[in-house]
Amino acid sequence: MQTVVSQTSPPKKSILYDPKVRGVFYQVLLVAIVGYLFWIAATNAIENLQRAKIASGFGFLNNTAGFDISQTLIQFSAAGSDYGDAFVVGLLNTLIVSAIGIFFTTILGFLIGIARLSRNWMVAKVAMVYVETLRNIPLLVQLLFWYIAVLGPLPQPRNSIEMGAGFFLNSRGLFMARPVYTADAWAIPAALVIGLVGSFIYRRWAKAQQERTGRQSPVGLVTLGLVLGLPILTWIVLAIMGANPISFELPRKGTFNLTGGMQILPEFVALLLGLTTYTAAFIAEVVRAGILAVSKGQTEAAGSLGLKPGQTLRLVVIPQAMRVIIPPLTSQYLNLTKNSSLAVAIGYPDLVQVFMGTVLNQTGQAIEVVVITMGVYLTISLVTSALMNIYNRRVAIVER
Amino acid sequence: MELLGEYTSMKKALISIAFGLTASLLATGASAQATLNSVKQKGFLTCGSNTGLAGFGLPDAQGNWTGLDVDLCRAIAAAIFDDPSKVRYIPLAAKDRFTALQSGEVDVLSRNSTMTMSRDTQLGLDFPAINYFDGQGFMVRKKLGVSSAKELNGASICTQQGTTTELNLADYFRANNMKYEVVAFATSDETFKAYDAGRCDAFTTDASGLYAERLRASAPDDHIVLPEIISKEPLGPAVRHGDNQWGDIVRWAHNAMLNAEELGVTKANVDQMKGSDNPEIKRLLGTEGKFGEAVGLTNDWAYRIIKHVGNYAEVFEKNVGEGSKLKIKRGQNALWTKGGLQYGMPIR
Repeated sequence: MQTVVSQTSPPKKSILYDPKVRGVFYQVLLVAIVGYLFWIAATNAIENLQRAKIASGFGFLNNTAGFDISQTLIQFSAAGSDYGDAFVVGLLNTLIVSAIGIFFTTILGFLIGIARLSRNWMVAKVAMVYVETLRNIPLLVQLLFWYIAVLGPLPQPRNSIEMGAGFFLNSRGLFMARPVYTADAWAIPAALVIGLVGSFIYRRWAKAQQERTGRQSPVGLVTLGLVLGLPILTWIVLAIMGANPISFELPRKGTFNLTGGMQILPEFVALLLGLTTYTAAFIAEVVRAGILAVSKGQTEAAGSLGLKPGQTLRLVVIPQAMRVIIPPLTSQYLNLTKNSSLAVAIGYPDLVQVFMGTVLNQTGQAIEVVVITMGVYLTISLVTSALMNIYNRRVAIVER
Repeated sequence: MELLGEYTSMKKALISIAFGLTASLLATGASAQATLNSVKQKGFLTCGSNTGLAGFGLPDAQGNWTGLDVDLCRAIAAAIFDDPSKVRYIPLAAKDRFTALQSGEVDVLSRNSTMTMSRDTQLGLDFPAINYFDGQGFMVRKKLGVSSAKELNGASICTQQGTTTELNLADYFRANNMKYEVVAFATSDETFKAYDAGRCDAFTTDASGLYAERLRASAPDDHIVLPEIISKEPLGPAVRHGDNQWGDIVRWAHNAMLNAEELGVTKANVDQMKGSDNPEIKRLLGTEGKFGEAVGLTNDWAYRIIKHVGNYAEVFEKNVGEGSKLKIKRGQNALWTKGGLQYGMPIR
């Protein structure tokens, strides 16, 4: 009893012995030491660079680039662009291959993940072999395989494979017709926007109606019709009226290569194939784990309610599986983005190839270039992660 | 008690790491001087070499590095240690080479690197000598029927990134108002493989490199080198700016080999030449004067170079000239007395 009393009124202790104060003190001290180390490193590096007569600072970004890049999404020329533009070109090339890669790898990964759980022995085994093969071979080796073994044997431009509809394939890449827009072309994106808005309104109405009356509406078909049908209809109508909004410029044979049209570089195709198929193997496992995490009772309950197997998967299993799938799926997206830097091995001009390769070497400003590149990858990863976290919060289970 | 002991030892380790880190960050500046001392202390020279370019820097079947650039490193090692094998070679891709030199990973970069003003002034480097005068050219497949670089309008061209080649290419096509598609790779190996596999119509690098790389093609005779030389490529060793003594050693190692050629001193007759009365030979071989001591070496520094490695003509013929597969003519790299550009500065 004595002790209880003494606890209710503790003796005044020195602030030095207050565990809270001590804790805060140590943490502040740690931050100060770490900050000091960074400061020392930075000032020391600057001092040494100056002593060694190595240029420093970020002024080089405004210097004329003087080199060309094979794939540029923005206007870029050796004479008219600077290193800053080269940075943007590399960044966009990284982003586009990552974005398209994430899109395709998600589809492929989900298909294979579901296929692995198929009751069809053949389908399940094929999916298993796919996963076990692709995820156990280093990505770099796979990239070189796609680039050298698959795209290497393609014919020279003079013997291009004609695939019809303006498509040509040769060792310089895939060539296709390039759309040329006229003044009336704005009507098509306008129709697309109207279609998108329309389908959004229809979906809300359909949902409300189902909740009210239980009647289901053909949401998928109507959405498809509005989003795809409306722009196509606009195009046809305009074409009939004699104001064709889009014409196509076909690739023609030139001295060395096909000229005109659009060209997709073999480096891009090889990188996209490599990243997509490799990451899909991991995503397939994530999806499989997610689906297996939904208890069998859920499927049985859905079945007893009269849902068909497809509906069970779509309405009961996948939504619950998503909660398990999303966090590891995010890591796979981040991996794909970071792995795109292996492009350097096959000559695809991504951020690392252009900026940490050519620009670093031409300017010699290694520290600045490396710091910028690290910052960019960190930012891309954090943004991807943040978006996926927002989505995760939406699909997470709501405790009632 | 056990736990407490572990805790304090961990703390000690952390503190020592923190101090070590600070110390090493502070210390990096001091090593800018006195490369010679650090080389002597290590007992070997670290030499940044090509990842593999026949005639310039390439390991042979036994794993021994050979080539014109390699022999310069061997000459420096011979001058310092009286042993040309005391070199550790670090193969470097074009895009990594200057960073490796700046950061101190290599003592000297002897890797067919072009001397340019920006590299000399902005990269913190010095180019003490030019051991090969070169220029950029193009190689194409014979069956394309192209006989001049001026006919390359619209071609795809494979090149190595981070090189002057990449920049000259852009300049040349711009100046001649032609279009092209550049495909840039990180290493010379990848670049040439892509060209050989048919990814590009033309392959471009320094002319010496074209002949060397052609040997590696799956069918060397299917390729021709176009006659145009589109740039000046003075290739030579590079050292860090600021250590003048070290720069002097590299400069005079090359000049000693040139002077030896001019004076007729060869690997075979160098011992006999030691007895020569010619004052120029006496100064070169260190029997007169104290030229070696002035750069921190022994006075027989040049004797060691010639004894172990040879004079410039011997090194040239063995690696890239008639004695090699490349069969490159001396051309611009002949001595000044024979109409070339190689001019050995006087030792006096």
